[in-house]
Amino acid sequence: MTLWLVLAVNSITFGGLLFLLSAGFSLIFGLMRIPNLTHGSLFMLGAYFGATFIGGYLALHFDFWIAALLAALLVAAFGAVVERLLLRQLPGQPLAQVLVTLGISFMAADFCLLVWGGDPINVATPAHLAGFVRAGPAVFPLYRLAVIVIAMVIALALWLLLDRTRLGAMIRAGVDDPDMARVVGIRVSQLFTIVFALGSGLAAFAGIIGAPILSVYPGLDQDMLPLALVVVILGGSGSLLGSFVGSIIVGFIYNFGQALFPELAYFVLFMPMLLVLLLRPQGLFGRFVP
Amino acid sequence: MSVKVTRRKFMAATAAGAALAAVKFPAPAIAQNAPFKLGLLTVKTGPLAQGGIQMEQGIVTFLKEKNYTFAGRKVEFISADTGGNPAGTKTKAQELIERDKVDTIVGPLAAFELLAITDYIAQQKTPLLSLAAAEDMTQRRPNPYFLRASATSSQAMHPMADYAAKELKLKRMITISEDFAFGYEQMGGFQQTFEDNGGKILKKLWPPIVTPDYAPYLAQIADCDGVCQGFAGSNPLRFLKQYAAAGLKFPVVTGETGGDDALLRSFGDEAVGLYSACPYTLDLNTESNKRFVAAMNKDYGVDPGFYCAGLYVNGMVVEAGLQKTGGKSDDKTALMAAMKSVALTDTPRGPIKFDHLGNVIGEIFIRRVEKAGNKYINKTLKTYHNVSQFWTYDEKKFLEQPVYSRNYPPLKS
Repeated sequence: MTLWLVLAVNSITFGGLLFLLSAGFSLIFGLMRIPNLTHGSLFMLGAYFGATFIGGYLALHFDFWIAALLAALLVAAFGAVVERLLLRQLPGQPLAQVLVTLGISFMAADFCLLVWGGDPINVATPAHLAGFVRAGPAVFPLYRLAVIVIAMVIALALWLLLDRTRLGAMIRAGVDDPDMARVVGIRVSQLFTIVFALGSGLAAFAGIIGAPILSVYPGLDQDMLPLALVVVILGGSGSLLGSFVGSIIVGFIYNFGQALFPELAYFVLFMPMLLVLLLRPQGLFGRFVP
Repeated sequence: MSVKVTRRKFMAATAAGAALAAVKFPAPAIAQNAPFKLGLLTVKTGPLAQGGIQMEQGIVTFLKEKNYTFAGRKVEFISADTGGNPAGTKTKAQELIERDKVDTIVGPLAAFELLAITDYIAQQKTPLLSLAAAEDMTQRRPNPYFLRASATSSQAMHPMADYAAKELKLKRMITISEDFAFGYEQMGGFQQTFEDNGGKILKKLWPPIVTPDYAPYLAQIADCDGVCQGFAGSNPLRFLKQYAAAGLKFPVVTGETGGDDALLRSFGDEAVGLYSACPYTLDLNTESNKRFVAAMNKDYGVDPGFYCAGLYVNGMVVEAGLQKTGGKSDDKTALMAAMKSVALTDTPRGPIKFDHLGNVIGEIFIRRVEKAGNKYINKTLKTYHNVSQFWTYDEKKFLEQPVYSRNYPPLKS
C-alpha cells in the first residue's frame, strides 16, 4: 500500500517536471510545426546555467529561485536568437529543421562539456524545501511535493496566458490556422519568436527545477528529450491540456512501469506512444495531424 | 595538434610503403631509436566523457613524468576519441593500428567498446591494456593480446561482500545496479561471496542505464540491512542524492565506479558513510602515489580517481614491459609476454602482477566517505592483499560456473 502511494506521488512529481519541459515543446511544435530536437539541450543548458548561478562562480551567489529565473531568461534569449537567425530561414522544411535542431543539440552538448567539464554537478535542494513529509509509513521529500505545486502554478499561468490574453488568442489562432491568422493581421512571424523563446525559457526552468532531483551531467539532454517527445505525441501537439495530461500519464507509466515490469521499462514507456500514433495520430488532445 | 602530426606521418608512411612495394624490398631494420608509438582509445565527447578525459589525464601524467621516454626510446603518444560507441571504437582502433602503426594501445573505457575490437586486436597482435571490466575477456574467452591492470567487474565486489558480511555484519541486502553486463557481473560477484558468508540477497533491482529518476526503484527498497549499488558514470551521484531524499538510511556499499575518488568533488552530504571497494585509493601512502597525486593536483587541479590511476598504472606496465625486451617492440608477441610477466612493487595502487590470463592481482581497498572540513574524502578502512579475479575460489571451479549475469547466481527464496 505504501509502495503504491509513494509511486503515485512520485508519478505526479515526475509528470510535473515533464510538463514544464514539454509544454514549450508542444507549443513550438503546434505553432511552428518545428520538431525542436534542441529541447533536451535547452533543459540541460538551463540546469547548467542555474547550477553555475547557485554554485558561486565569478563570486556570484544567487538564491535558487533567482538563479532559476535568470537561467530561464538567458536560455529564452538564446532560443529567440536561434529562432531569428536559423529556424526562420527554413520555413516548411521539416528535414532541414530536424537536422539543424539536432546539430545545435550536439553543439550545445559539446559546449557544456567544454565549459563545465565532464563531472556531474550536484545542485543542493533549496534549504527551506529540504525536509520530508511523513504520512504513516510513507516518506515524501518536501521538494518533490513542491515540484508538483510549481508545475500547477506554471500550468495555470500558461492557461491564463493562452486563454485569457490577446497574445494567447493570437497564438491559438496561429496554431489553428497560420494562413488565416496572417490574413486577419496577426504577425505570425513575431509570434514564432515569442513562442520559441517562451518554450526555451520553460525548458530551462524545468532543467533547474529538476536539478536537485536529477543533478546536472553530460547526457542529461539525451535522457530527457525522448520523454518530452512521448509526452507531446501522447497528449497532442499545440495543446496545453494535452501536454498536461500527457505528462501525468507518462509520469505514471514511467514510475509504475519501472517498478512493476523493470525488464520492460522502455517497452512500457513507448508502447502507448506507438498505439496513439497508430490509432489517433493527432494525440489525445491534438488539433491536427503532425 | 596530434592530428597534424599523425597526418604527416601518415603521408610519409604511405609514401614509404608505396616505395617499398614498388621495389619489393624488405623493410630496412629501423633501429630502436625510432619512437615507440603508444595509442590511446578514450572517450572525450558525449556522456562517457568524464571518465574518458580522466583516462587521458592519467596516461599523460605518467608520460610527462617519464619525459616521454620509455626504456631509452622516445614515446610518441596518439590519442583517439571513440565517441563512446562500438563503431567509433573500431574505426579508431583501425586508424591507430593501420595508419599510425602504434606498438601498444591503452584503453578503451567501456566493455561494449572493447568487445567491438577484441577479435581485431587479437588478429593484429597488438597489445591492448584496457580498463574495461568484462569478465570473460580474461576468463572464459581470454584474448592473448589483452592485459587488464585495473580489475574485473567483480574483483572488488568479492572483497566488498566479504567486508559487508564479516565486518559490517550485514545479513539481508538488496542490490541495485544498471541493467547491463557490468552491473550484472558486479552484483553477481557480490551476491556469491555475500551468500557464501551467510548473507542473503533479498531483491535485485535493475534500472536501465538511462534512468533520470530512480524513485520507482527506491520505493521498493525497504526492510533490509543494507543496499549494494553498482552504478557508474554520473549515476552514483544521482542515485545517492535521491536515496537520501527518499529518507532511506540503510548503509550503502559499492564498487570502484560507485565510490570513485573523482566523484567526491561532486558529492554532497548524502555520500557520507558510503562504503566502497576499489583497486585504487587516493590516500594510499606510497611513493608513486604521492608523485602521481601531486602531479595531478598541479597539472589539472583535481584529485585523481580510478580512471586516471588505471591509465597511469597501464603506462607503468608498458614501460616495464619495454624495459624487459630491451626497448624492442617489433615482435608484438614477445612484447606482450614481457608485459604480462611484469611485477611492480610500487604503483599508485600498490604492488601488482598478472595471472596467466592477463588479469591483475593486486590490492583492493575498502573505504568509507567522510567529511573533512568542507570536502569529502574516502578513508581507507581495510586493505585486501593479492586479490585475484577468482577471489578465494578455485580457478577451475570458478570458470566452470557461468559468467555472472542478471539471473546468475539465482535469488534464493
